[in-house]
Amino acid sequence: MRRVMAFCAAPAVAFFAAFWLLPVVQLLALPSKNGWETYFTVLTNSRYLQSLVNTVSLSLIVTLCTLVLGAMVGIVLGRQAFKGRQLLLSLLTLPLSFPGVIIGFFIILLGGRQGLVADVTEWAGFGRTTFAYGLTGLFLGYLYFSLPRAISTYTAAAGAMDGQLEEAARSLGASRLQVARDVWLPELAPTTLACGAIIFATSMGAFGTAFTLASKFEVLPITIYNEFTNYANFALAASLSITLGLMTWLVLFATRHLTSAKSGTALAGV
Amino acid sequence: MRTNPKTPGLLIGVTWVASIFMLAPIGLSVMAGLVNNYSAGLKSGLTLRWLLEVLDVYGSTVGWSLLLGLLCVVGTLMIGVPCAYALARSQSRAARLFEELLTLPVAVPGLATALALILTYGHMRDFRQSFAFILVGHMVFTLPFMVRIVSSAFQRHDLTAIEEAARTLGATFTQRFLGVLVPAILPAIVAGSLMVFTLSVGEFNLTWMLHTPLTRTLPVGLADSYASMRIEIGSAYTLVFLLVILPVLWGLQAIGKLIEKHHGT
Repeated sequence: MRRVMAFCAAPAVAFFAAFWLLPVVQLLALPSKNGWETYFTVLTNSRYLQSLVNTVSLSLIVTLCTLVLGAMVGIVLGRQAFKGRQLLLSLLTLPLSFPGVIIGFFIILLGGRQGLVADVTEWAGFGRTTFAYGLTGLFLGYLYFSLPRAISTYTAAAGAMDGQLEEAARSLGASRLQVARDVWLPELAPTTLACGAIIFATSMGAFGTAFTLASKFEVLPITIYNEFTNYANFALAASLSITLGLMTWLVLFATRHLTSAKSGTALAGV
Repeated sequence: MRTNPKTPGLLIGVTWVASIFMLAPIGLSVMAGLVNNYSAGLKSGLTLRWLLEVLDVYGSTVGWSLLLGLLCVVGTLMIGVPCAYALARSQSRAARLFEELLTLPVAVPGLATALALILTYGHMRDFRQSFAFILVGHMVFTLPFMVRIVSSAFQRHDLTAIEEAARTLGATFTQRFLGVLVPAILPAIVAGSLMVFTLSVGEFNLTWMLHTPLTRTLPVGLADSYASMRIEIGSAYTLVFLLVILPVLWGLQAIGKLIEKHHGT
């Protein structure tokens, strides 16, 4: 039976070794050709450090906002029965399958020079307001691709919440705020941790949205892309990719082991 | 679904705002792809001419994306399903290690995987310039999803019993695998396939790095049209993407409901 198992796994193992492990080992080794310090360029060069700080802070803020908004929407969709609920839920999770470029385009439709918001502000007499190409546009784009994941996760978690516990808290005289703090928050905590890690990791590595918006606010994936394509600086691009990959993997790995037993939940929707 | 009478108004308000934020751009984009002039809005009249222009300029990217998606499904099925079985049945440390390794292409940004592939195989010009190069990238990225979905289906307890019964009746491994096990987990296989197809058709982060001017997929074409074409064409092209992806997503939902109904998980 062991031989059969090995035979079953062999094609996938061979494919994975040839087209992921081997290339990644090469990627890991590449910066060393320019000297060991190349691995730490991201820390020593202020431009790359700035790009890293930009990426981490944007991802953190997006994650926090997404979790708060996603939990609120999820509680409504998970516990409130209303007509069209299923349809709304499936429409709200539809963007999970959109490539990042489409989301960048959506932000341009909203906040670009011909955007909806510009039309509205002009009509209101404030002149044409655009926000697509700066930090606001980037933030909204990241929020857009993160929200569907948070909404669907929280809707499932809120639907499974223990109604009796809340009932008990209320009958003991707990206020709305107390219910939210003492009943909802603990029940949704594991979901929050797992979902937050995925959203953070996805935001860190997101490329398409920032690429379409050609944002003035530079994030690490765009820096890597520029180094590789425009300056043919392969060793440096590799070094920055290693930093980025290590960070996203560590966050996902750590949360997966914190949320224990449920192995692979972190994988489910990255 | 339990009804809770007291949902605070604040939450309902936030739900409204979030829904408008999520859905308005989709509606706006669909409209922009179907009107004569975006700035003039619906008043300028509806037209299919932008859609036709998209098919004229970018038509081939649609075909290639569909083909790549299909090949990616076939490829991940062929190597992923047997592997999922081995991982579901094996208790060895090697199996757990491989399971862990297999999550990496998803945990690590696509950009890094793409760079690694180019550094290693970029000098093989024929391979580099063919769609096979993109296919390999898509397969590396989607294989973990296929293996995970199928592997958790293989772990069902009733399956081990059925498998054992078939074995004592003298069925060979191939007979058991293809005749008993695979049909039993067919919904999971279909779900995995639809998932892989969706991921492949929408993949951009890897593909943008791996593509060449002659090997362009739908999302690559989208990025190109957003950068160089008028807003109506970009919108019409987005509509084409929606038309490709929506039926697959509906299928995925239907399969999900089917699995839930039959296996109660």
